[in-house]
Amino acid sequence: MAITMTSAAEQHVVKHLEHRAKGVGIRLGVRTTGCSGLSYVLEFVDDAASEDEVFQCGDVKLIIDPKSLLYLDGTELDYVKEGLNEGFEFKNPNVKDECGCGESFHV
Amino acid sequence: MALLQISEPGQSPQPHQRRHAVGIDLGTTNSLVATVRSGMAEVLADEQGRDLLPSVVHYVTEGVSCVGYEAAEHNVADPLNTLASVKRLMGRGVADIKTFGSQLPYEFAADDGGMPKIKTTAGLVSPIQVSAEILRKLAGRAEIAFDSELDGAVITVPAYFDEAQRQATKDAATLAGIKVLRLLNEPTAAAIAYGLDESERETKGQERTIAIYDLGGGTFDISILRLSKGVFEVLATGGDSALGGDDFDLAIADWLRQQMGMSEDLNPIEQRILLETAKSAKEELTDSTQVELEVLDWQGTLTRELMHSLIDGLIAKTVRACKKSLRDAGVAQTQIDDVILVGGSTRTPRVGDKVAELFDLEPLCSLDPDQVVAMGAALQAEVLVGNKSGDDMLLLDVIPLSLGIETMGGLIEKIIHRNTTIPVAKAQEFTTFKDGQTAMAIHILQGERELASDCRSLARFELRGIPPMVAGAAKIRVSYQVDADGLLSVTARELTSNVESRIEVKPSYGLGEEEITSMLQDSFSHARDDMQARALREQQVEADRMIEDLLAAIYKDGDALLDSEERQCLKVAIQELRDLRETTSEHRVLARQIESVAKASEEFAARRMDVSIKTALAGQTLDEIEKG
Repeated sequence: MAITMTSAAEQHVVKHLEHRAKGVGIRLGVRTTGCSGLSYVLEFVDDAASEDEVFQCGDVKLIIDPKSLLYLDGTELDYVKEGLNEGFEFKNPNVKDECGCGESFHV
Repeated sequence: MALLQISEPGQSPQPHQRRHAVGIDLGTTNSLVATVRSGMAEVLADEQGRDLLPSVVHYVTEGVSCVGYEAAEHNVADPLNTLASVKRLMGRGVADIKTFGSQLPYEFAADDGGMPKIKTTAGLVSPIQVSAEILRKLAGRAEIAFDSELDGAVITVPAYFDEAQRQATKDAATLAGIKVLRLLNEPTAAAIAYGLDESERETKGQERTIAIYDLGGGTFDISILRLSKGVFEVLATGGDSALGGDDFDLAIADWLRQQMGMSEDLNPIEQRILLETAKSAKEELTDSTQVELEVLDWQGTLTRELMHSLIDGLIAKTVRACKKSLRDAGVAQTQIDDVILVGGSTRTPRVGDKVAELFDLEPLCSLDPDQVVAMGAALQAEVLVGNKSGDDMLLLDVIPLSLGIETMGGLIEKIIHRNTTIPVAKAQEFTTFKDGQTAMAIHILQGERELASDCRSLARFELRGIPPMVAGAAKIRVSYQVDADGLLSVTARELTSNVESRIEVKPSYGLGEEEITSMLQDSFSHARDDMQARALREQQVEADRMIEDLLAAIYKDGDALLDSEERQCLKVAIQELRDLRETTSEHRVLARQIESVAKASEEFAARRMDVSIKTALAGQTLDEIEKG
């Protein structure tokens, strides 16, 4: 099982962590909510929990709880610019369908 | 496709719940919009990657033709329909425009409301409408960036903006369809962008005094703030509304002209070439020590030292304004904890050096000085819109000048004192002064002085329909409420009858920024005079009341209870009091005279009391009285 991220995503995560001046990494996760069943979580992490899995990606720790990992295995975190809009995108091979906006999904 | 941002632990938004808020720096020359992405404030650029939006709107017969860079291009060809710098006109009255509007090329017309409008080919346009166009353009930029509607915005205004100017800014936002989360003072926004509010929290609320040095293209502002327990208090503001980086360019261009041996009356094209050369030379000298110039058929060198000699006089003017504001604030240079550089013209290293020298402190300048205000506003917007937990940053503003009400004798009774944090509501009870009084004029004032005539009149309204009662029996509750944007509403209610009257204060437009600072200043310098004036007025009111009461009593009971000598004696005493009330400026003298009149009329009062008791008791048995 593995989670990865693109170098664009890594650059941005490093920048945000530096700016925030604390935190051990970022958490990727899912929770059951949203218009299409599940939605993504993307947060800074100050203390990882003991059950968390940690994936080292370059200089950044990607932290994920075991339950979310089931839904996110093989996901690549990317950073995308679409015109003036920019932000992180989960490229998740497990997704069967998404709501139109991509904020929530089904597996 | 919604793209995600990194949230604080435990604060990931629900899908479709992320709220989009921006901070807008609505500037005189340029405006910006910023938002917070993954905890960082970022300025949103347009499709061409440009951060700034020139605060310029161009009108054609059908209406607005364009806003921003495109509009600015019409400046030369169509100056009367290309509206720039309208921020200077926001919330101003027609009379103000007459005094300083002559610097602007536009033609003005007054409307019914006393608000000036600008004559354009599309008809009359108010400064509020022009500002709304700029705000609409910036909001549109944000909505494209979010791919979503905007939930709200924090808009910055200069610290010296009065209520009229703030209301005008808010009106512009409403007109543009933007929900204003709050208006924020520009220097406060700069301090937030540098996280000074957070460092204050970390040092357990230790007070910090902050100077914000804001040198833009055409304006200079200095603000002294005190940050204490999460509240920014404006101690003093100052500056020069006609001094900026453009004056540096002019000084250099003038030197160029002399070097080139040209006469003073240049044609517009030559003028522009010289200015552009001067500007780029100034910018190059930020990094290099000298620059080779080639203008028309002239070649030469401008060294950094030479440029300094050209602009030092201008910088010295800003330094003098800083010193004055420090004096106004009652703060010594050495008591300043942080200095922040704001405005593109602070990029000139000489400016930073002189500021550092003045405060003996390395100024904060790591953030882009053009963007810092918008960034601070964006951080504030993020909290207000509810994306970040509020405990993190509880930022309050304070009202800059006390709000009060005029009482008898032209005195001001302060209802909300200056530096009270807003939003706030305060009420006070008043009563009638005369028997049978059925109406009361409420005069709302702003200022620190003791006499109403020395304060700024914000609004007047009347409470009518008070049931006739003896003086002092009516209970009139006057409530002042200031919302989070510093806008005031006043309600007056007579409590026994529940008659109510209220007003939203959209103050009579027009108060110069200098007047505001000088109002504060005056209250300090006139503190003693004011105290005496107040004491005198109080005695005058007391004298008036005594004269009126006595005359009424003599009219009623004088024939029955006084012999002609006594009566004459009282009349003389009253006349003396009346004369003294008009002539003396010594409240103690007047107080003594009031006392002696009171003494002289004691006997008369006692007789009246006896009579009224006798009348009340006449014809009743002792039993009835005891029961009663």
